[in-house]
Amino acid sequence: MTAETAPEPRSQTHWFLLGMRGLFSLPAVILMLSFVGFAAFTAEAKVPVEQVMFMTGMIWALPAKVILVGSMLSGAHVATAFIAVTLSSVRMMPMVASLVPEIRTRRTPTWLLLILSHFIAITAWVFAMERVRDVPRQGRVAFFAGFGVTLTLTNIVLVGLAYGAVAEFPPLVSGCLFFLTPVYFLTSIWISARHRVIYWALGVGLALGWFFAVVAPQYDILLAGLIGGTLAWWGERLLRRREARR
Amino acid sequence: MSFDGLWPYLHIAIAGWLATDIWRWAGVLVGNRIDEKSELLNWVRAVATALVAAVIAKMIFFPTGTLETSPLWLRLGAVVAGALVFFLGGRFRQISGIAAAMAFLAAGLAIVASDQSGERPTLWRRSKPPATG
Repeated sequence: MTAETAPEPRSQTHWFLLGMRGLFSLPAVILMLSFVGFAAFTAEAKVPVEQVMFMTGMIWALPAKVILVGSMLSGAHVATAFIAVTLSSVRMMPMVASLVPEIRTRRTPTWLLLILSHFIAITAWVFAMERVRDVPRQGRVAFFAGFGVTLTLTNIVLVGLAYGAVAEFPPLVSGCLFFLTPVYFLTSIWISARHRVIYWALGVGLALGWFFAVVAPQYDILLAGLIGGTLAWWGERLLRRREARR
Repeated sequence: MSFDGLWPYLHIAIAGWLATDIWRWAGVLVGNRIDEKSELLNWVRAVATALVAAVIAKMIFFPTGTLETSPLWLRLGAVVAGALVFFLGGRFRQISGIAAAMAFLAAGLAIVASDQSGERPTLWRRSKPPATG
């Protein structure tokens, strides 16, 4: 908390540029590799490249885009596609809601947070939760903006360049590319956890994620998140109160 | 559906952008009202983490694409190998943990591929889709 008690007189530009530098971090590189994979997937599905770049900027979250492309290919009605995508995106709400108290100051305007929230997806969330505490509070919004906006714009361009250029990967490469993401998320969440409840939620979420994918595959992520998160929070709080009583 | 004209862009805007961003906006409105030290934020954190964990579990247990046909023991083995190296610690535990998981997976995929072909490993050529049945 030294960062908050002794704020350095740095400009907002400084923090924005520092956030931009996050483009050369491990999470950004892994996400870009995933986007190369996504470009290959859409090229194979014959979605026009302009539309792929458009959805990269407009939706940003990778799982939601994969679901949308699936719906476009199957010719689903726009309402059906909306429901499928929106169900996969409900998870954005607690992610954004847990990040906002970490980065805003009392003077941060809501409209700015509404705009910046667009750049939150799993990678940006994991990155921000991990690094933002090393940034003094008054620079956090600029830091996140620098990272989020740069990462999104870069990936729009990257998708355009990679589209068609890498239509086919050798199976070994595409398999490893795919697996990088979950392994990276696991290590990052573990490292960035500041509260015991995060470890619990990670464990319970993994187990219930598997369980609900078998039992209720349509709502698995939502159910595992809500039930698993609540269980982890409740159990951790129970233990915390017992420890406090001792 | 056809990919011509303006309609695909409208489709993406409605079923993609709007369907996703309403939840981000809701998150800002909720997050703006939560105190940083409150029990409510603790719960929101737990739910957000469990949601991401569920996405991870799905990618490991039910992958799409090339890994769909890979054996589960191989994917779990890769995660365990990565976790072992990660928890051994060190300054570069994140990179080394990820590298260990990838090395385990790549080696396993190579062995499985050479087993299936019965001849030389066909790693660097695109494998044919498996015959049905």
